[in-house]
Amino acid sequence: MSHHHDHAGHDHGHHDAGGNAVFGFWVYLMSDCLLFSGLFAAYAVLSGATVDGPTAKELFDLKFVLGETFLLLVSSLTFGLAMIGAYKGSRSQLLGWLLVTFLLGAGFLGMELYEFNHLIHEGAGPDRSAFLSAFFTLVATHGLHVTSGIIWMIVLVIQVLMRGLTPKNMTRLACLSLFWHFLDIIWIGVFTVVYLLGAL
Amino acid sequence: MPANPLPKPTAHPNEGALNEAGGHHGDVRGYLVGFFWAVLLTVIPFALVMTGFFPPGVTAAVAAILAVAQIVVHLVYFLHMDRSAAQRWNVLVFVFTMLVIGIVIVGTLWVMYNMNANMMH
Repeated sequence: MSHHHDHAGHDHGHHDAGGNAVFGFWVYLMSDCLLFSGLFAAYAVLSGATVDGPTAKELFDLKFVLGETFLLLVSSLTFGLAMIGAYKGSRSQLLGWLLVTFLLGAGFLGMELYEFNHLIHEGAGPDRSAFLSAFFTLVATHGLHVTSGIIWMIVLVIQVLMRGLTPKNMTRLACLSLFWHFLDIIWIGVFTVVYLLGAL
Repeated sequence: MPANPLPKPTAHPNEGALNEAGGHHGDVRGYLVGFFWAVLLTVIPFALVMTGFFPPGVTAAVAAILAVAQIVVHLVYFLHMDRSAAQRWNVLVFVFTMLVIGIVIVGTLWVMYNMNANMMH
């Protein structure tokens, strides 16, 4: 941190504050990673504990999951394009791509809720077996994160509409962009460990 | 000055105009390259599992390796992680987190496997 203070006298205080906020958010994301690693470990241990209930292989539809995966992946790209717009100072480019990102994220959530509903109606709800408890906990925790991201996105759009691309709003956008890309990375783990390995 | 989730004032504080929010935007080309690789690294494992081209053990290993590769692609092209001084703290925290995650996951599987093997059978 000593390096940090070298520039303290250069009137870059607000720059450093933004940078520190984003770094702090990065550290939060890493701790979130640890939370997910616990859920992944629990899932890995319990994935065979089906108590004669349905197994992963019988339940999951990979084409459907591929659809979800693409919604999230494309939304990562569009968020990147939104941020490029923001850094260029183009509010319309930022808001346009954020709208696309929002729709893709909402589409992903809709698909996930449809899948959960479908599973529960098939009698494969979280109370059916330890495997399904672990499955619902892991995937729904990711889904809740996506939900928070979407809500945060709406709040930031309002902020940007009201106050413009201020340094504070740019810091917030930088944090949300990290959050959104991070959720896509967690999803890589989910579709690989839960769906692909489960279907083998 | 690439500096996405970067915490540190860089060695060039006066380039701060772009970095003042602590973020880095990358460019369109970078995002498209990353997207291309991510699509490839998604479609291949799905295709392998759906077609059953390899025996399950091989498919599982390939899927795991491709997942790690895709995570690296995301980190580099979407989160702009690199070896620059500006990224050092981010990378350091990341590496430490990966170490802890490795201990948690490998340790859990090891302990639980042994417990099953010794108590259930």
